[in-house]
Amino acid sequence: MHNVDLSVTLAGMTMKNPVVVASGTFGFGREYGEFYDLSELGGICAKGLTLHRREGNPGPRIAETPMGILNSVGLQNPGVDAFIATELPFLRQYDVKVIANISGNSPEEYGVMCEKLAEAGVDMIEVNISCPNVKAGGLAYGTRPELAAEVTEVAKAHAGQVPVMVKLSPNVTDITEIARAVEGAGADALSLINTLRGMRIDVNTRRPILKMNTGGMSGPAVLPVAVRMVWEVSNAVKIPVLGMGGVSKGEDAAQMMLAGATAVAVGTACFADPYAPLKVRDGLAEIAARQGLSAVSELTGGVKPW
Amino acid sequence: MKVERKCKIVSKEWLNQDAVYMVLEVGDMVRTSCKGPGQFVHVKCGDGLLLRRPISVCSCMEDEPEDTLAIAFEVRGEGTAWLSERQVGDTLDVLGLLGNGFQVRPEGRYLLVGGGIGIPPMRGCAQYTQGRSTAILGGRSADKVILQNCFQDECAKVLVATDDGSLGYHGFVDALVRQELSEDKNYDAVLACGPKPMLRNVAKVAEEFGVPCQVSMEERMGCGVGACLVCVCDMKDGTRKHACKDGPVFDSKEVDWDA
Repeated sequence: MHNVDLSVTLAGMTMKNPVVVASGTFGFGREYGEFYDLSELGGICAKGLTLHRREGNPGPRIAETPMGILNSVGLQNPGVDAFIATELPFLRQYDVKVIANISGNSPEEYGVMCEKLAEAGVDMIEVNISCPNVKAGGLAYGTRPELAAEVTEVAKAHAGQVPVMVKLSPNVTDITEIARAVEGAGADALSLINTLRGMRIDVNTRRPILKMNTGGMSGPAVLPVAVRMVWEVSNAVKIPVLGMGGVSKGEDAAQMMLAGATAVAVGTACFADPYAPLKVRDGLAEIAARQGLSAVSELTGGVKPW
Repeated sequence: MKVERKCKIVSKEWLNQDAVYMVLEVGDMVRTSCKGPGQFVHVKCGDGLLLRRPISVCSCMEDEPEDTLAIAFEVRGEGTAWLSERQVGDTLDVLGLLGNGFQVRPEGRYLLVGGGIGIPPMRGCAQYTQGRSTAILGGRSADKVILQNCFQDECAKVLVATDDGSLGYHGFVDALVRQELSEDKNYDAVLACGPKPMLRNVAKVAEEFGVPCQVSMEERMGCGVGACLVCVCDMKDGTRKHACKDGPVFDSKEVDWDA
């Protein structure tokens, strides 16, 4: 098998391979770093940060569904300053791109966090306008084009040279509308999809499994929805897309890239198999080699729609 | 260091209608990641279920060529039902050893309290303290008081309580904890595993007698290693910790029992 160039460039950020781990599924890397060298990954989207420490939602925070899960963690995190002081130096030991993920209660909070993270020197900032598990801000910014654009503008104005990627919610009627608004506001890249809102009920107790009643669905079950949205968004905007949602093997990643993604993120699959991101990378390389490609990036946008 | 290993089932036994005891060959897992009694393993339960199932370690031992590890679990849903159908010779995908166990000293003397499927993890503590500890085992009925014979061999004294009175004391384990501590407070700590209401009551009694108490908490779990943050335990100071990484064993005084 000949060597395939695995490197990709996402909004000016070059990664040695197109596999990123998705925010909220990989902590700050310490836990999975016990299983393998984090330098094997293309990038790490760190656990979602807020300006101040958050304890998150009460439990239960997880429910299983056929080939998927629902979660309602609610952005538990130590706050942006603690990330910069203790987690970022840890991640910097590795040859891997570090993408900080941020959520704010107001556009101003997004601005403050971008300034701090740009100064601290992260490789990219992922602006979360789509968390379904918090009351203030969160999803509201991600479902209204004008608010999404406002948050994007503020983030860009405070992020200096650091590229800004906006994470889109699938919980909208037309995701391309939000994508175009965010692109128009200056976003350098888009990531999608965040989780789909869902609910599970215990029929005996008549109680929802999740203490917050509803949560965000992820896992292999959402892959086709994610591929469809990546395809739609890639056709609607010129900025690059980081595709995520249910990717658990090389073929899934190839689908994402054919649909238009420049790179892919692996998330929930890590819970079943800590080595999933590496297997996705190797599977993707194998597919590219089998198809005689010299670079995996040749897959991007290669779908031949009927 | 945590590891993922393909582990062969070397023996399997039904302890009652719902509980299965299995011994696994786990490669170097015990050598590389054992921190003491009270840890757990995260077991993949077939290809149709995404999440692994966390199962407490009953006992484990470094051995050649492979370390061995015993688990006991109750069939509660699809995952554990799948696991209960595996046979001797089958292979399981296991992550381990995870979490922090009980803080125990081998020369210590402990009052071990296990309720129902919370009994198995106490066995490691009994073995670790080489026969000096006392065990109080409880269950809804006599058949739920599993592994009693092991504790008889590995503890100085064993007391049993059942909710229906079909074996031993008719009532809950916390009454026996009270009885034991009022006769003999000379324990380094009370160590307990079982349903949350039981743990709360046992912790309360231990506190009354001024004996330190450690409890092993059970929560719905995701990754098992501390990355996904779903297995939340509310602490008295208002923080939320995680059973898989910060626990599953906590000092009873840290836990917010009213949450």
